[in-house]
Amino acid sequence: MGDANDSAVLTDGGITSELEVEQDYEQHKHDGSGVRSMVLNMGPQHPSTHGVLRLLLELDGETILKAAPDIGYLHTGIEKEFEVKTYQQGVTLTDRIDYLAPLSNNLVYCLAGEKLLGLEIPPLAQWTRVMLAEFTRLNSHLVWLGTHAIDIGAMSVFLYCFREREEILRIFEMFSGQRMMTSYFRIGGLALEPPRGWQKRVKDFIDIFPSRVDEYEDLLTNNGIWTGRTKGIGYIPLEDMIDLGVTGPMLRAAGLKIDIRKDAPYSSYEKFDFEVPTRTENDVFARYLVRIEEMRQSAKIIRQALEGMPSGSHQADAPGIVLPDREKMKTQMESLIYHFKIVTEGFRVPEGEVYQAVESPRGEVGVYMVSDGTQKPYRVHWRGPSFGNLQAIPKMIEGTLIADVIAGLGSMDFVLGDTDR
Amino acid sequence: MIPESLRENSLAMAFEGVAAAATFAFSELTIEVEPANILNALRLAKHEQGFERLSTVTGVDRYPAEPRFEIVYHLQSIAKKQRLRLKARLSGENPEIESAFAVYRSANWYEREVFDLFGVRFLNHPDMTRIMMPADWVGHPLRKDYPVTGTRY
Repeated sequence: MGDANDSAVLTDGGITSELEVEQDYEQHKHDGSGVRSMVLNMGPQHPSTHGVLRLLLELDGETILKAAPDIGYLHTGIEKEFEVKTYQQGVTLTDRIDYLAPLSNNLVYCLAGEKLLGLEIPPLAQWTRVMLAEFTRLNSHLVWLGTHAIDIGAMSVFLYCFREREEILRIFEMFSGQRMMTSYFRIGGLALEPPRGWQKRVKDFIDIFPSRVDEYEDLLTNNGIWTGRTKGIGYIPLEDMIDLGVTGPMLRAAGLKIDIRKDAPYSSYEKFDFEVPTRTENDVFARYLVRIEEMRQSAKIIRQALEGMPSGSHQADAPGIVLPDREKMKTQMESLIYHFKIVTEGFRVPEGEVYQAVESPRGEVGVYMVSDGTQKPYRVHWRGPSFGNLQAIPKMIEGTLIADVIAGLGSMDFVLGDTDR
Repeated sequence: MIPESLRENSLAMAFEGVAAAATFAFSELTIEVEPANILNALRLAKHEQGFERLSTVTGVDRYPAEPRFEIVYHLQSIAKKQRLRLKARLSGENPEIESAFAVYRSANWYEREVFDLFGVRFLNHPDMTRIMMPADWVGHPLRKDYPVTGTRY
């Protein structure tokens, strides 16, 4: 099966299948060890599994002996849908994959398409993309913090986080007309010009936001109940996390300074000055602190984008790919023809394949796009961060208590849309 | 065989022994290997070239062209900040390939997904069962000859 050099050949609490859970249960029934275990489902309908995740748990009292995650309850065949839609139509599908960070998804898909087409995106579009991607990170982290806290019992944090999130959703609505499923980025730039007056809204938000993050920290960081529930919980060794496919804040909370925005900058992230927070304790509390600090860093990036936003066009100079200006379309024949062709037929993308990865709030979100030279992608594979992160669940929870499962799952911050697509 | 144009690329040359073909496009290196060589290529990448992470394993169905299935592995080296793509092509008749679980544990669920949606079997995989579709589903949805919409009675 493997040779002596292979790092891991079989399960060492690392990967568990449903069959193993059942076999373990059968064995406990008959082996006279005195352990009387019970196999229970946690999910798929459960408020704390953050989506339709089913965990098959073999329990001895409240201790988890073996656990096997079962996914696929939210599988909607999005990867197949990409193949029957034109490239531009595909952007609307991307919002719905990781529905808590829609603009991140738009961004990675558009970057992949632009890589294949070789498009040069103007600075205004790039900076707006960065700003909105960071707003998305705030959006997602606020939901994470609210739901994580409420799972553990801190109910008021949920309401405070959603108060801030409400303003962010209003800003998204100002830009794209939609609160959540924005589809604001298109292959070639932005869908619409940034609205008049956005600077004031963003400035008002960003002026008060850091004090709000301080409020959340006030409620939780030195709170005895919070630290009691989260310190020392949810430990997974770093090498195991890397080998099991985990990405994102979980690795950063274990000491690894890895962030695609710094390692392989895209969309002009190299022009922004921000830190990548890391901790070393590698527990739920560390992941909480990493994400809180990420929120502060995102606010810093948004402020830089606000103050330094370049002027110019919001779309690339590519008439056959990017929709023409609406007014020109109504009066100039050429623009009308381009508009018609792009909307009805779509634009052709050169043959080839690319893999584009972006740092979403959950980790590495990647798009593997294969083009066959026509107007519809041949294959789009979505590498969702949560799919990789969820593989580490058995390693994290086997041997712990059910209450720790709740805290651990919250710290992983997965979204089932990302996992199942 | 590494083509002339890539002889200067040290990463490509490192795979000379196992590569059937190599391409470099859109600033990305793709090494194609024979399915029988896939574990050697993955071990080479992990232990000698420092690609600690397997990002994803996926499939592409080239129906009706043969070999029909492409199994694509995306690897990442955190230390060297590099990415690499490995590909293996399988025929449509009884597609089978060694599981990468022996080298990268993250391949587990990704290979289950490829099995579920394309029908490619991975040998020596610890849990070769469907992951997205229900356990009693018939057919492999991401294949090109599987309809996009339909009703099952």
